[in-house]
Amino acid sequence: MRLTCPLCGERDRREFYYYGAEDFLHRPGEGAPLSDWDNYLHLRDNPAGVTKDLWYHEAGCAQWLLVTRNTVTHEITGVELVAERAK
Amino acid sequence: MRIDGKGLVDRTKPVRFRFDGKDYAGYKGDTLASALLANDVRLVGRSFKYHRPRGVLTAGSEEPNALVEVVGAQNQTPNVRATVQEVFEGLVTQSQNRLGSLKYDLLAVNDYLSPFLSAGFYYKTFMWPRAFWEGLYEPIIRRAAGLGSLSGKHDEGTYEKAFAFCDVLVIGSGPAGLMAALTAGRAGADVILCEESHALGGRLLSDSQTIGGMAAGDWVAQVVAELQALPNVRIMARTTVTGAYDNGTYGALERVGLHKPARPNLPRECFWRIVAKHAVLASGALERPVAFENNDRPGIMMASGVRTYLNRYGVVPGKRVTLFANTDQARGVARELMAAGVTVAAIIDPRPDASAVEDCPVHVGAEVVGSRGRLGLSGIQVRKGSEVIEIETDCLAMSGGWNPTIHLTCHMNGRPRWDEELAAFVPMEGAVPGLVAVGAANGSMSTHGALATGHAAAVKAVEALGRKVSVPVPEAEDAPYRLKALWSVEGKGRAWLDFANDVTTKDVKLAAQEGYRSVEHMKRYTTQGMAPDQGKNSNVSALAVLADATGRGIAETGVTTFRPPYTPVSIAALGAGGRAEGFAPQRFLTSDQASRDRHAPMIEAGLWYRPSYFPKPGEATWREACDREVDMVRQAVGVADVSTLGKIDIQGKDAGRFLDFVYTNTFSTLPVGRVRYGLMLREDGLVLDDGTSARLGENHYLMTTTTAAAGLVMRHLDFVQQAFCADWQVRFISVTESWAQFAVAGPKARALVNSFLEEPVELPFMGVAPVRIGGVDGRLFRISFSGEEGYELAVPTRYGEALFRDLLARAETMGGGPYGMEALNVLRIEKGFITHAEIHGRVTAYDIGMEKMVSAKKDCIGKAAATRPGMWGPEREQLVGLKAQAPISAGAHLFMPGAEVHRETDQGYVTSVCWSPTLGAFLGLGFLKDGRARMGEKIRLVDHLRGLDVICEVMNPVFHDPEGEKLRA
Amino acid sequence: MPELIAKSALEGRSLSVGTVRLAEVDVGPITSVALLPGGAKAVAKGLKSLGLAMPEPNSFAEKKGARIVWTGREQAFLMSADCPVLEGAAVTDQSDGWAMLGLSGAAAVDVLARLVPLDLRLAVCPVGTALRSQLNHMNVVILRTGDHAFEILVFRSMAQTAWHEIEAAAQMLAARAGMKL
Repeated sequence: MRLTCPLCGERDRREFYYYGAEDFLHRPGEGAPLSDWDNYLHLRDNPAGVTKDLWYHEAGCAQWLLVTRNTVTHEITGVELVAERAK
Repeated sequence: MRIDGKGLVDRTKPVRFRFDGKDYAGYKGDTLASALLANDVRLVGRSFKYHRPRGVLTAGSEEPNALVEVVGAQNQTPNVRATVQEVFEGLVTQSQNRLGSLKYDLLAVNDYLSPFLSAGFYYKTFMWPRAFWEGLYEPIIRRAAGLGSLSGKHDEGTYEKAFAFCDVLVIGSGPAGLMAALTAGRAGADVILCEESHALGGRLLSDSQTIGGMAAGDWVAQVVAELQALPNVRIMARTTVTGAYDNGTYGALERVGLHKPARPNLPRECFWRIVAKHAVLASGALERPVAFENNDRPGIMMASGVRTYLNRYGVVPGKRVTLFANTDQARGVARELMAAGVTVAAIIDPRPDASAVEDCPVHVGAEVVGSRGRLGLSGIQVRKGSEVIEIETDCLAMSGGWNPTIHLTCHMNGRPRWDEELAAFVPMEGAVPGLVAVGAANGSMSTHGALATGHAAAVKAVEALGRKVSVPVPEAEDAPYRLKALWSVEGKGRAWLDFANDVTTKDVKLAAQEGYRSVEHMKRYTTQGMAPDQGKNSNVSALAVLADATGRGIAETGVTTFRPPYTPVSIAALGAGGRAEGFAPQRFLTSDQASRDRHAPMIEAGLWYRPSYFPKPGEATWREACDREVDMVRQAVGVADVSTLGKIDIQGKDAGRFLDFVYTNTFSTLPVGRVRYGLMLREDGLVLDDGTSARLGENHYLMTTTTAAAGLVMRHLDFVQQAFCADWQVRFISVTESWAQFAVAGPKARALVNSFLEEPVELPFMGVAPVRIGGVDGRLFRISFSGEEGYELAVPTRYGEALFRDLLARAETMGGGPYGMEALNVLRIEKGFITHAEIHGRVTAYDIGMEKMVSAKKDCIGKAAATRPGMWGPEREQLVGLKAQAPISAGAHLFMPGAEVHRETDQGYVTSVCWSPTLGAFLGLGFLKDGRARMGEKIRLVDHLRGLDVICEVMNPVFHDPEGEKLRA
Repeated sequence: MPELIAKSALEGRSLSVGTVRLAEVDVGPITSVALLPGGAKAVAKGLKSLGLAMPEPNSFAEKKGARIVWTGREQAFLMSADCPVLEGAAVTDQSDGWAMLGLSGAAAVDVLARLVPLDLRLAVCPVGTALRSQLNHMNVVILRTGDHAFEILVFRSMAQTAWHEIEAAAQMLAARAGMKL
């Protein structure tokens, strides 16, 4: 598997660390009800199809990446820098 | 038998080799199989289950029978295909899967027991009586299971791994592959051409035809010469592409040194990861056997094998050859044999409309129904209509048509398509993105078809790369395939499908009869296709038999899934470089040599190597050294290298704000020149790490992490910063490697430190100041992980060794010296300081008694989750100290004295233990239910593994100097 | 007063295997320059005194002996020159944190192909390229300094391992030399 880091270019999967779903980017605000935190920390979809998840270019530029990929076809349709993502 | 004037082996270079203790001669260019056949050795192995005598079946990597052991000085490799192994001077091989000699294999008794060993016998036979399993069945099965044997020693051979990149990867160098490589190569694309064999040309080396008016061999030589001259083409011979993976990644095994005597540093194999924008699969096709009674005798071979041995190696595997084939193409084998002067006893062609033009007996519309010859073929029975005739023959060349080699196209879960006309599976287009199958691999069976499709795929690839090319396709044979499918011949006896695993048509029919109708179930019930050849010769035939037995079509029956690797790959090649020290990088401290000079045993801490203790003359055990070192720190002064702690330099106007967000406590209020202990949580409320952070300037902090979590914390900080505070004025970078840092601890620490500095400094506890040492700028921290007055002195790493040696020399004049990891651990346990033994990923700030460090005035990572029910309260296990008069162990569990010892009565567990020379007792840290309310209680510590059962006293974990007077002195 | 003797990670070691040469390179000071938000202009101004600018991703540039190497998003290492005062950036001394290994010779690229999962074909990775990647399990910065020359920045504590692994790869490659079809 290969990922195209927006900074470093196309790289082998071994350079990356996998974290989890995009959900981790949507941190509840201070004082949010605990159910929001439960959602944020623990509840995940398991899609057969397009998913967005977080990868860390650990052996490269140390940037966190938001990867859009298809769990069925393995197609990767987008890689964005978390630090510069469109919010 | 070798035929004069035929073959491509180098007759000027004879080679001696050994098989089963006997020396033979072959030529350079021979495989072990061709050389053995040239020496008229027909019996080369025994089958897996029935131990039937077996000979060479094929001339390729799909060989199921001729599996041998190659014996080297340092290794013994089982299951080597004799059809792949090249001979070289001094090659030593032996047959396998036999008890006694190959000729008189005692386990051949299994063949007579075959009525009891049918499909599923294992499940049916060994069910009862139950008690027989361990004592009787298991040892027998273990003895009989597996093929071949290992040396029992470490494989000290050299293995390599490598990466390669190209525009066009061409897999296979037959007519299709060569045409594709030539076309892409001339276009200027970067091409990698992989060929499994040692010579390029594929089937063009095995049959006699013409291409563009030239002999095929000449055409091959001409193309190869051109490819070799092109700087953009890399030819990789002896390289099998074994797998297709995501995004144009291919795995390939190169047999680098297996055809030569071992020599230092020469890899045996190299595993390549090849990344290609486009791939052309020109892997050809595999000929399939026909199932008839006793079709597995030595001397019965694939027609393509016979042809290859004749044309490529100049070897004929018999004196009276017969041919049993159902295509026009295979009939050429007989003609070539006769042209070489070999007697062809008969051609048997099951097609009723087949021609009979050859100058030998031709039986049209006939079938081979049986064979005879115990250790080698001596005759066959042929049925023509109602008549059965006997033909004397010592070699039967058989062909049931061809299966395109589509394996790689299925590696990403693509399912192949059934082609009725070819009676074979062909690749589903686009099953592997970027990969196009051509030639026979895609069902184009003629040479012209191979050249044309190889060319077309390459043109398409180079055009996609933005290049242009014009290469004419040379003329070649374009005869129709004309196959009449024939999977098995009617008969009563055993007819083999899977030669390697001894699966017969009966087994498949039995599976169907017993309800294993799905191809995947049949496979597992019969073990069809589960041998080293993975069913390359037999899978399609087996499912045709299954389809017939279940009254379905083949397409409807489906195929089992082809998975990587295409041919066996040694683990040694996959893990090349990863043995022993190669497993992980070794990180060395600047004090490493100085510690080794003092005979300190080095232990691994993460990737670092740290001194365990520093033995003195007369000390017999590590404990004696450790106790002395602890006393030394408590009474005088000790020096330890603590450079392994993670150090992160954090700068910017928002640096304090950032630390407030990642730590539970507040750092924005820390005065410049001061240090504060900080606790870091994961977002789920559990403790991530702890350490001290110093404020070096208004907008400048230095964070310290534990050794173990340095990488983890960096990743966490990167995430928090990039995900939540990308616009803050804060940047950070690791400076772990930039500073050598030494702890100086003990009542005489201050005197030792001041003896170093150009200007002595008076530092308060938890203070930091820049210092100059011998003209070098350093940093001095007053922090302690021992409970004594302690300092940490940091200098740029290049000065680390010099400073460490000097510190030790000075310490020793004061009754001090170095201390190692063991003493460091005792010192911190005596003081109740935690490490990752305690913060092991399941504890909260509350559990370690630090809930008050979670500031109420600000948000921080993990704060919300830490307040969730269940994350705090008396039901949780809390950090306590344990004191005992007998040895205790980390990993032990805690129970009420007198209570029963089982899971339900478990009160907690122990994480760290030591003998404390300071307190004269065994001390432990652990977690106990509602522990803080239970100080002074007696608790029972049980460790079944080490046989410990000890009553301990529950105490405040800060055993030594609980008021901290020594720290602040 | 102690006398502190400076030691480099590999004490200036060098080695030749076949056509490949490996040597520790002294690059002098290394300074990390990390832009703070809004700091680009000020940093550009500061670097001008050296004739340098913040490099594009995956590249490095040299001027009068000073070199600036891209090492990450809005981050670069200034080498072989003292760092001028740079407003708008976090500036951190990295001189002691790294060892620089020079690898050269016709087979240098083949040696790296055994260690690094990167496409190093000259057309893809021309002279002037700087890549962050890994050499086996070690994080590195790889600079293409010539058609047949690379410089490899590796963490100082791992320099010995890097050295051994490069040496082993070079030896395996040399043992293949002369092998033909």
